[in-house]
Amino acid sequence: MGKHTSLYNVHAAAGARIVDFGGWDMPVDYGSQLDEHHQVRLDVGMFDVSHMTIVDLHGDRCRDFLRQLLANNVDRLQESGKALYTCMLNEDGGVIDDLIVYFMGHDWFRVVVNASTRDKDMAWITEHAKIFGIDVRERDDLAMIAVQGPKARERVHEALGSAPEDLKDMAPFYAHAVDDFFIARTGYTGEDGYEIMLPADQAAAFWNKLVALGVKPCGLGARDTLRLEAGMNLYGSDMDEHVTPLESALGWTVAWDPDDRNFIGRSRLEEQRKLKPSHKLVGVILEDKGVLRDHLKVFVDGLEAGEITSGSFSPTLGKAIGFARVPREADKNCTVEVRGKQLSARIVKPPFVRNGKPCL
Amino acid sequence: MSEVPDDLHYTKSHEWVRKQDDGSLTVGISAHAQDLLGDLVFVEVPEEGARFGSGDDCAVVESVKAASDVYCPVTGEVVAVNEQLADTPETVNQDPYGDGWIFKVKPDDEAAFGDLLTASAYAEMIAEDSH
Repeated sequence: MGKHTSLYNVHAAAGARIVDFGGWDMPVDYGSQLDEHHQVRLDVGMFDVSHMTIVDLHGDRCRDFLRQLLANNVDRLQESGKALYTCMLNEDGGVIDDLIVYFMGHDWFRVVVNASTRDKDMAWITEHAKIFGIDVRERDDLAMIAVQGPKARERVHEALGSAPEDLKDMAPFYAHAVDDFFIARTGYTGEDGYEIMLPADQAAAFWNKLVALGVKPCGLGARDTLRLEAGMNLYGSDMDEHVTPLESALGWTVAWDPDDRNFIGRSRLEEQRKLKPSHKLVGVILEDKGVLRDHLKVFVDGLEAGEITSGSFSPTLGKAIGFARVPREADKNCTVEVRGKQLSARIVKPPFVRNGKPCL
Repeated sequence: MSEVPDDLHYTKSHEWVRKQDDGSLTVGISAHAQDLLGDLVFVEVPEEGARFGSGDDCAVVESVKAASDVYCPVTGEVVAVNEQLADTPETVNQDPYGDGWIFKVKPDDEAAFGDLLTASAYAEMIAEDSH
């Protein structure tokens, strides 16, 4: 048996199909992954993402610490509640994890890291936090619910009763505290919505309130096809410690200025940037019928050139899509080997879908 | 529990088999199997005229989550395939024992049908699997 979030009993009672996600027993769907996918694109759905790791960092030198720890620059965070997406790198420039960091106050930042990487992330953060005198506190007293879709914010405002005006006016990638809830306008679906961190003992009541307002529970299966359509990487599939952000379509998250901010992994990244990385991460749309899967071989001009890092079927496009790591020169067309056959595919720049609409 | 019609035979790999008047066998996947796979988005049917041995993989059903082989229940020749599934794979979810059939095979040995699992034996097998 795996670990259970505070919403596990709610999922089980609703008839969710439960599978293992990095040591957690989580709902993969509540009946139909496709219906749940469309639900989020067209209306509103919600996900229990309490398995993700929330860590609070306290200390006067928090900002200095994060300037060193993260490849993106926390100096971009000057207003309370502002969020930033970034990679955390090792000395070789390899990606230890991707995460979101929130600016809470001058001596307090919050980071949300992946569930499957919890142990190594905590060890890495704690080790480097020491000399800055930072207090590292895991917040396993908090649950996290992602409410996503064009109607998501409206429903959450209703569920809160009297949503404050500054929440209603809040821009994307900002967060706001409402009583015990920390409400961030972020997500992993390509739709508008919130990720809400709240006391674990209040999670079931809030979840049920949202259900009563018509918000449909969705499993992590739909979350995966939604993020893939949205062109968002999955740690462990699309990048890991053996590749850099520059080889993972995440160059935009690396802050090179100022030159003297010596974040961990910087020197290796600088070298790679100068020489240009030999490989890149691209989007792939299968033109033939079939479904793309992780690790299928990709061929360019008839030669094996790389592999699919995330492959699935896009419910919105009705075609198989994926990401592939291929040589820098590859563009336009490739083939993917599926059960011994070469199927035609097109190399594209993600996202595939944003705000309910196909982009390609 | 999933529906297991009495008039069909089954395999351990979750195919159902219906005997036609002409001696050919219609094959699909059971309601239990489609439920485990979830929403199907692609079905690769065998080629008409192809020959397979009993237990050979001859078709593929793919859901959003995973691909799964479909095995030929007897040794014989494929005499018909369900071309409709190319455009409407979801038929296998909606009507697994009817319009969701996948192929028809003419067995070399008509007696092979009798060696397959009866409905009650298959129902017992999937009940045990779920414990």
